[in-house]
Amino acid sequence: MSQYSVLSILRHGLTGNKHWPRAWRDPAPKPSYDVVIVGGGGHGLATAYYLAKEHGIRNVAVLEKGWLGGGNTGRNTTIVRSNYMMPGNTIFYERSMQLWGNLSQELNYNVMMSRRGYYFVFHSPGQGEVLRRRANVMRANGIDAEFLDRAETMRRLPMLDYSATARFPIYGSFSQPRAGTARHDAVAWGFARAADKQGVDIIQQCEVMGYIWDKDKIVGVETTRGPIRANKVALAVAGHTSHLAAKAGLRLPIETHVLQAYVTEPLKPLVDHVIIYGGAHFYISQSDKGGLVLGGDLDGFNSYAQRGGLPTVEHTLQSAKALMPSISRLRLLRQWAGAMDMTMDGSPIIGKMPIEGLWLNGGWCYGGFKAIPASGYCFAWTLAKGEPHPDNAEFTLQRFERGYQIDESGAGPDPKAH
Amino acid sequence: MLRIPCPVCGLRDETEFTYGADATLRRPDMEETDPGVWHDYVFIRDNPQGRHKEYWHHVSGCRQWILVERDTLTHEIFGSSLVREVAA
Repeated sequence: MSQYSVLSILRHGLTGNKHWPRAWRDPAPKPSYDVVIVGGGGHGLATAYYLAKEHGIRNVAVLEKGWLGGGNTGRNTTIVRSNYMMPGNTIFYERSMQLWGNLSQELNYNVMMSRRGYYFVFHSPGQGEVLRRRANVMRANGIDAEFLDRAETMRRLPMLDYSATARFPIYGSFSQPRAGTARHDAVAWGFARAADKQGVDIIQQCEVMGYIWDKDKIVGVETTRGPIRANKVALAVAGHTSHLAAKAGLRLPIETHVLQAYVTEPLKPLVDHVIIYGGAHFYISQSDKGGLVLGGDLDGFNSYAQRGGLPTVEHTLQSAKALMPSISRLRLLRQWAGAMDMTMDGSPIIGKMPIEGLWLNGGWCYGGFKAIPASGYCFAWTLAKGEPHPDNAEFTLQRFERGYQIDESGAGPDPKAH
Repeated sequence: MLRIPCPVCGLRDETEFTYGADATLRRPDMEETDPGVWHDYVFIRDNPQGRHKEYWHHVSGCRQWILVERDTLTHEIFGSSLVREVAA
């Protein structure tokens, strides 16, 4: 597999770009592996990469029922941030933020990480105090956070509605300067190519139908391409975790909900940062192609359908217009939706399951994209060593039994509220 | 847009309703002292891919709680009934 570089671009450019080798192999599944990872999204591919690179475990397969990154990895709003407050979350997401910084070089694949800054605008003194507390917790953990008054917010984000008739007046904002966006497809492809280079077999069009059991232990998976045995079966199938766990007789604190995102027709540069609206659940950034990328709330009822309903479209666009009236005449170019694993406390689960041989990485709610590098790193560590890395030690399934929920939004045991 | 059949008001838009929760859950007896039973009730969900029994509140209509059976994959709705009649 060739290394990508300026020279390789020049060389292939001079030969009409006809001789690029494929980025990863398309192997047939072997009868057995050390680790089988179910799910070829960012989390599964990153886990495979770090298993090979950090732990020397290269006899690994990633099984994907569709195509790489076709699930939530390709269905998000590409925001990368580490503005978390609860113990367990802060260090984990900050590890991810640090891995993002060098990811393009690490993978030899341009993931277009752009540290354009993240701004959360707030609309009352009380909301400001809550965000100031968050900023303080972040800074106490060595994470960058800024707190801006109204005048400074107006200077940096001049396109928002500061008028007397604004639905929610803007009092100020909270910012994480190192946050930003990355190109989501490139993250899946970069990890796939780098994992393949380390010897990992990436097997697409291979759906897991059930497990191979040895008494009460899982020793492999039954797939549409035949049985594949493995010492460890690792699920990374967010959105579909519940029914793959159910095939093993396991019930989880997860409901699947649908989340939509939208992109408008392209514009000249208008939104230089990632902006979060504190008046409703709404976030906006501008892609490098110029389209405004918008996201909002869950549709609000259990759903595995990868499509959203119009009431939520209307709600999201109302929020967009309330925050930035200047974009009200833009047309939407595309709309898409993903099936989210919503856990009962809004935080993920990474670890060993009560069934021998089964490991889980899931429950990412709608915050999984930014977590991909740390999730892969920590899940690989957990699989290789049989115990969690300190950064994912809190993300156990058992926390619900023990009363140690990591409830970042303080919403209680209601998955659609996180 | 879901179109939800309300047993009182007929077929109405989703926006008139508020989603409640999974309708298969049964609160344990208040005398129950096993934390495992409460854990299952509070946190654990079947989360089926397919037919799902769920509560909706017709909050902008007759204000009745209704039980709806809906497919979580296709959003097809198979019918509804008043919760107080099912519970009785």
